[in-house]
Amino acid sequence: MRARAEHVLPFTLLLPSVAFLALLIVIPMFQALLLAFVAEKGGFTLEHFQQMFGDVNFGDAWRNTLLLLLLIVPLQLVLALAMALLVNSRFRGYGFFLYIYAIPLAISDLAAGILWLAVFTERGYLNSALQSAGVIQQPILFLSFENFPGILSAIVIAESWRATAIVLLILVAGLQLIPRDYFEAADLFGADRIRRTIHVVLPLLRPSLQSALIIRTIFAFQTFAVVFALAGRNMPVLAGEAYVWYAGNRNEHLAATYAVLLLGLTACVTVIYLRVLGLREAEVQR
Amino acid sequence: MSGIGIQNATKLFGKTQALKGISIDIRDGEFMVLLGPSGCGKTTLLRCVAGLERLDGGNVRIGERDVTDLAPRHRNIAMVFQSYAVFPHMTVAGNIGFGLRMHRVPKAQVDTRVREGAELLGLSPFLERYPAQLSGGQRQRVAVARALVMDAPVLLMDEPLSNLDALLRLQARADLKRLHKEVKRTTIYVTHDQVEAMSMGDRIAVMREGSIEQIGAPMDIYDNPASQFVGGFIGSPPMNFLRGAVRDGNFAGEGFSVPMSRPRVDLQGREIVLGVRAEHITIGADGVPARVLVVEPLGSHALVTALVGKTAVKVQAPIDVGVRPDQAINLRFDEATVRWMDAGTGAAVQH
Amino acid sequence: MNARVLDRTLIYGIAVLLAVWVLIPFYIIAISAFTPQAKIFDYPKPLIPTTFSTETMQFFVDARGVIPSVLNSVLVAVFTIVFGLALGTPAGYALARFHFRGREAFQVIVLATKMFPIAILSIPLAVTFLQLGLYDNLVSVALVHTAMALPFIILVTGGVFVAVSHELEEAAQTLGCSRWGAFLRVALPLALPGLAAAAIFTFVVSWNEVFAATILTLRTRTLPAQVLAGLGTSPLGFKFAGGLFMALPAVVFIFMIRRYLINLWGSR
Ligand SMILES: Nc1ncnc2c1ncn2[C@@H]1O[C@H](COP(=O)(O)OP(=O)(O)OP(=O)(O)O)[C@@H](O)[C@H]1O
Ligand SMILES: [Mg+2]
Repeated sequence: MRARAEHVLPFTLLLPSVAFLALLIVIPMFQALLLAFVAEKGGFTLEHFQQMFGDVNFGDAWRNTLLLLLLIVPLQLVLALAMALLVNSRFRGYGFFLYIYAIPLAISDLAAGILWLAVFTERGYLNSALQSAGVIQQPILFLSFENFPGILSAIVIAESWRATAIVLLILVAGLQLIPRDYFEAADLFGADRIRRTIHVVLPLLRPSLQSALIIRTIFAFQTFAVVFALAGRNMPVLAGEAYVWYAGNRNEHLAATYAVLLLGLTACVTVIYLRVLGLREAEVQR
Repeated sequence: MSGIGIQNATKLFGKTQALKGISIDIRDGEFMVLLGPSGCGKTTLLRCVAGLERLDGGNVRIGERDVTDLAPRHRNIAMVFQSYAVFPHMTVAGNIGFGLRMHRVPKAQVDTRVREGAELLGLSPFLERYPAQLSGGQRQRVAVARALVMDAPVLLMDEPLSNLDALLRLQARADLKRLHKEVKRTTIYVTHDQVEAMSMGDRIAVMREGSIEQIGAPMDIYDNPASQFVGGFIGSPPMNFLRGAVRDGNFAGEGFSVPMSRPRVDLQGREIVLGVRAEHITIGADGVPARVLVVEPLGSHALVTALVGKTAVKVQAPIDVGVRPDQAINLRFDEATVRWMDAGTGAAVQH
Repeated sequence: MNARVLDRTLIYGIAVLLAVWVLIPFYIIAISAFTPQAKIFDYPKPLIPTTFSTETMQFFVDARGVIPSVLNSVLVAVFTIVFGLALGTPAGYALARFHFRGREAFQVIVLATKMFPIAILSIPLAVTFLQLGLYDNLVSVALVHTAMALPFIILVTGGVFVAVSHELEEAAQTLGCSRWGAFLRVALPLALPGLAAAAIFTFVVSWNEVFAATILTLRTRTLPAQVLAGLGTSPLGFKFAGGLFMALPAVVFIFMIRRYLINLWGSR
């Protein structure tokens, strides 16, 4: 009797969350596939995909999403790595700085977009500062639809600012697993220290860097509210299109088609990273 | 009334076999010590008796009841954990009274019993403190008090004194012994300190790698170890062992020969190990030649390490023995106390 | 200046520089949100404000739908915390205490859900909820937020229970508690600070979530949904005040759980 109960207990404890995740993740996933691949009148169809590929915004959305990904992810990795190595040197007060660097973790991408809107808007603080310093005579229209590099930079900065915190936490956790001896060099910026960081610490940090890379790449596909806040509809992205097709155009089929595309990209990225980086399953789990 | 019977207990952790078919019968009121090196399964056996671990085979009986499938709280036991397991979010009083409250003992009675328990272990000044405000030794005493106030007929203790300093330990040992004399609870006491085992146990069960090597009264185990392992584990210094073979009334090994006054036909020609305790060797004018390596004066006596052939032998000598390193001496073994073990299995050879 | 002093200076210099980079947007949104309505379009603006006014904040708070949306946000977050902890705590406990078959598989599931695109959940669920009459309902939003927060809750509570020695529960069991009683009387009280941290993080996740909240509601908007829906039409001041309103509680809460941050992303 007790033997049975004892054996079953862990599964009983897991059952609610597994059931819930199945209900709220697995089922919707299949429904999304149905919405995307089944025609209004029933039967398998690719018409939603054709419609999506033919949409005026699709090409732009696709290009913008990839562009943001290619710009944001490396920037975040470098920034977060600098923060993590700095914090990990355990200088006096490092805990305080770690907290400061982690604050953006609590900020939604919508709020982050608005925060940076106050900086980049035409009569915002960046233009004010530049003008006061005499660098410019006229406010620059960073966010005008005619200024694509301006919009792009603003979004890249806002999103890097926000999501670096996640990468930072992954890397700090990874650094904690590395024995302290590796860091015991006299000074942080000494040649010996830098050499050791490159040849010893970074290779040891590889699993964490890899999982940070995967997580951030996947989340970069989902970027949308920060884009809306800064650029409105001037800069379509894939997740934003899914939102607009559902909330604006009331077309759940096309919205779901975009969602399925996102899911497919997520899966591809994971598989590609696992292949290219030669990741073993054990490493992903960390 | 509340003896403990363990029959053929086996326990597996994945591929490690922590208990390999252990059987013991512990009489009601007996103080049984489990002794053995680290990792031999002492804690595991205790946890199986407590019901915290399920046996993979065999059964456990407490009193008349088969408790193999009972939950810990239905077994009528109290346990002291190796790592104290004192509740950090309760005061000392809260900790000591926890079990009584769980058994719905009336509040007034809980209070008196907590005070008595605290008194017994010298914890009265600390009743309102939290464990974080206590020293390691004090925490351990809280754990002991918490178990004692339960008045359970069976008391299980897992190295309860291991974290006390030498002096406190001596005193706690005496206290526990006195307590046991007063209230004869059936006790299983785990330790890997053999002095503790010798001084406290009615009987000692020596464990090794998940099996019981020998059970017996302390002096019996000391004098008649069932194996080379037991002889080497019990006693400080451990029993001396010399390896050799019996030929023509002599026990001869590499570089030495010990004359035997009593012929042992049964041992003739066998590869064998001679076991003898340090206090049963004397340094004299004749005997087995040896060379002194070290002399350690220990106050009441001196411990002399000497080389017999190629084997180091420890000898307990009078403090004024007057030998120096490198000196050639002769050793005499008290033949009545010499034990013989099989060189292959290490098991004692019957005489 | 010797090498050591130089090193110290460099460390603190860079640390402060990075801190400024993180903090500057907060400063700017704060001075923007407290700029009087009339001065919002002043140019160039001074970096150190000369006037301070709650006018813009007041305008935001008084705007139609804002107060209800804040209440909705809080309600959704509270539901999410309740659902999330009710589901996640047992799972975290199981991960911390048992070695069972399928443990690894479960951890992979948890990891995968951490990265699952929210769009693929929200859109079909919106359709389903519409059919079931659960559309535009705070509980529905909370359910989706629970699915998002659950992996984090499981990881954090798992870490919390690992830190509470199992022997304490066993000791309670030998002293007369059932397994459940030992959990309630010993493990739970000791895990409470960690569970509170998990609850707070759940609050932050829910409070911040935009996509599902917007897709799944029409009138019962949460604050981010309200702000997002009005992005195209609302005046700048409204946006700034909204931004500050969304950001501030989250920042305070992150401060409260700073000791547990590493567990959220860094653990297993
Ligand atoms: N929960 C467990 N999972 C896996 N192996 C275990 C577990 N508990 C104990 N073991 C193994 O079982 C064997 C016996 O362990 P046990 O704790 O009983 O030793 P012990 O005699 O109490 O040692 P010590 O004197 O160090 O306390 C050891 O090899 C140990 O590694
Ligand atoms: Mg032990």
